[in-house]
Amino acid sequence: MFRRQLIAASAAITAALALAAPVAAQTAWPERPIEMIVPWGAGGGTDAVGRIFGQLLQQNLGQPVNVVNRTGGSGVVGHTAIARARPDGYTIGVMTIEIDMMHWQGLTDLTYEDFDILAMVNADPGGLMVEANAPWADAAALRDHIKSNPPGTIKASGTGQGGIWHLNLLGWLLSEDIPVTNVPWVPSEGSVAGLTDMVAGGVQLVPSSLAEGRSLIDAGRVRPLASMSDERQPLFPDTPTLKEATGSDWQLSVWRTIVAPKGMPEDVRAKLVEAIKAAYDSPDYQNFMNERGFGLVWAGPEDATARVAADDARLGEVMKATGLAAQ
Amino acid sequence: MVLAQALQLVLTPEVLITMVLSGAFGMFVGAMPGLTATMATALLVPVTFFMEPVPAIAAIVTAAAMAIFAGDLPAALLRIPGTPASAAYAEDAWCLTRGGQAANALGALLVFSAIGGTFGTLVLILAAPVLAEVALAFSSFEYFWLVVLGLSCAIFVSPGSVPRGLMSLAIGLAVASVGFDNPAGQPRFTFGSVDLMGGVPFICAMIGLFATAEVFRAVVAPTRLRRAERPDTSGLFRTQWQNIRRYPKQMMRGNILGTLIGALPGAGADIASWISYAVSKRFSKTPERFGKGHVEGLVEAGSSNNAAVSGAWIPALVFGIPGDSITAIVIGVLYIKGMNPGPTVFLEQPQLIYALFIVFLLANLIMLPLGWAAIRLGARMLSVPQNILMPVILLSCVVGAFAITNSLFGVVVMLVFGVIGFAMEELDVPIAPAILGMVLGPMLEKNFVTSMIKADGDLLAFFERPIAAGLGVATILFWLLPAIRWALARRRSAAAV
Repeated sequence: MFRRQLIAASAAITAALALAAPVAAQTAWPERPIEMIVPWGAGGGTDAVGRIFGQLLQQNLGQPVNVVNRTGGSGVVGHTAIARARPDGYTIGVMTIEIDMMHWQGLTDLTYEDFDILAMVNADPGGLMVEANAPWADAAALRDHIKSNPPGTIKASGTGQGGIWHLNLLGWLLSEDIPVTNVPWVPSEGSVAGLTDMVAGGVQLVPSSLAEGRSLIDAGRVRPLASMSDERQPLFPDTPTLKEATGSDWQLSVWRTIVAPKGMPEDVRAKLVEAIKAAYDSPDYQNFMNERGFGLVWAGPEDATARVAADDARLGEVMKATGLAAQ
Repeated sequence: MVLAQALQLVLTPEVLITMVLSGAFGMFVGAMPGLTATMATALLVPVTFFMEPVPAIAAIVTAAAMAIFAGDLPAALLRIPGTPASAAYAEDAWCLTRGGQAANALGALLVFSAIGGTFGTLVLILAAPVLAEVALAFSSFEYFWLVVLGLSCAIFVSPGSVPRGLMSLAIGLAVASVGFDNPAGQPRFTFGSVDLMGGVPFICAMIGLFATAEVFRAVVAPTRLRRAERPDTSGLFRTQWQNIRRYPKQMMRGNILGTLIGALPGAGADIASWISYAVSKRFSKTPERFGKGHVEGLVEAGSSNNAAVSGAWIPALVFGIPGDSITAIVIGVLYIKGMNPGPTVFLEQPQLIYALFIVFLLANLIMLPLGWAAIRLGARMLSVPQNILMPVILLSCVVGAFAITNSLFGVVVMLVFGVIGFAMEELDVPIAPAILGMVLGPMLEKNFVTSMIKADGDLLAFFERPIAAGLGVATILFWLLPAIRWALARRRSAAAV
């Protein structure tokens, strides 16, 4: 009796997995489940955005959209899986800003040009955050402190070595003509780990997005000094933009785009873009992003590709200037 | 008043049915080797998008709690631990089952899981803000010592000789060093493989070392795995009264240590379970019986493990800092439901926070009947003939390994580690320290390197902060204890002569 249940259960799981296997299809798309690859782990911000999008696309397209986490290698594994999938509209994915970094680092040959970018659905500007009782009144005071003190007086954290927020710090320092060695980077697993370490007294500065520091800012343990965007963020109306605070022109946002492998049939692509736009405009998505404190940004295929390309050039410059690029 | 409102929110048919269903779901996912508690939680998230706040959180919390306990089931029945935390005492539990004491082993794991979870929740209710402050004071210096302490425990608790334990630990640490996700951000031992850039997927390796190796052994020595008698699981709860009365100190020690370690965002149930098991052995009157089917370690480590899971909610609710991937997922759901974690939620929405606390307590209570049912069902697995059971285990290993990486890479890793595990067992090298090495290796490296960067390379910085200094001295004493004892004994005998 139980034996049969066990076998039945195993068979059910095997069958569920088999559904994801490619089947030749020529008729009206979509006629079977769509796979949505998320290059980052379950539980993170990108995963959350992927899952809500999967759910909403499912409602619009009438086929299940299965979210699959392909993690590891700082995103190389998952992004490669999206780009190498068959361009039949049954594999899409979430592409993150790391695509504009990893080829400069020499980790992969893959660039944004290997993807068909369908839409940008979110962007969160970087920021400057310090411990609540830190002595600097504003970003300008912090900058002057870094300039006038020996290297290493202030240390920063928030991602791994050469990660996006590390580049954000370097880009800012370069824009202020401060030697980048003045602020050593302490690698961490992510923004939250960096922020926790800052509150514990381990580092003095975290240049991550303010959204990621929201709970600690609300708790009065962390103070935001600037937002690296062209306008103030709705959630943090009292935090000036970097331009307002120090006059620097540096800007950087992390974004999430919905992409597919290159070479999809034109009709499938049009249908997909339409469904993504509808999902973006739905109150469910808007509410979800507002509640999580994630920035809502919409850009269609052309605009999104242009933004991704601009960031690619900008990050490449910073990485070459600071020796983080390969060669 | 607030409490009445909270009870009203929780004690609705909708919430209770949700809890039972998601509990059964969590139990199933957790009991399958290779499917993890995190996976159970992540699968539930899209469903909860469209639910009311209380049932949504109840579903996730219940599923996670059940899945973590259910990881003990295959550990006790088949010596295949479902989570790294249950790897600490898998050997003991399995020996008890083989010795016909399945009811005692599984009952202890179930009852002390529930007790530990409840204790951790009570601490969360009474002292969350204070403990969260302490947890916030932990930086890489403190975590470094905690990890070193955890690694020392691995060698100390491993049965057999210390060199073999060290060898196993070294294998684990070597495997953990593969990949790109290290402090330097440079690929290591990847041989150009994109898959290996992400490192060796830990769960796949663990399934291989335990489960696949077990299947290989059954193929090589089929006589050893004859069809077993169905173990007697009656009187599951009765024997536990005796355990509570016999080991009250062990239980409380496990509860307290587990809650404290769980409350640290950089530690968690894995370290808590191993340290508790080691503490239990160190202070036991019969340390020689550990690892050979002794219930004492199960009591302490089993309580500690689930207390740590409850403790992880302390920094999560007070500061929105996740201790593990499950709390990270729940924090996301809390935001969506408008219950932004932080000190303000305690003031602005007390009825929701109390409702949450009641859900935590209920989840630990539901564990008893659901766990009982799962044990009764699971025990039947042992009466399945080996020639059917083993292929099914292998199939579930393949499914589990595939589900972790969503590619064949995970399956290959699982098979390779199956061979490694088989070889280690044949050479009498214990497997458990290798597991801990894989879990703690990256943490050790990360905390050491980041500490060195912060301190500009000054090693004394590891003793400069008060908590770090305390932990450091404790660790060094722990290492020197055998030597000190030996010296004292020598002196005493010399004085006697």
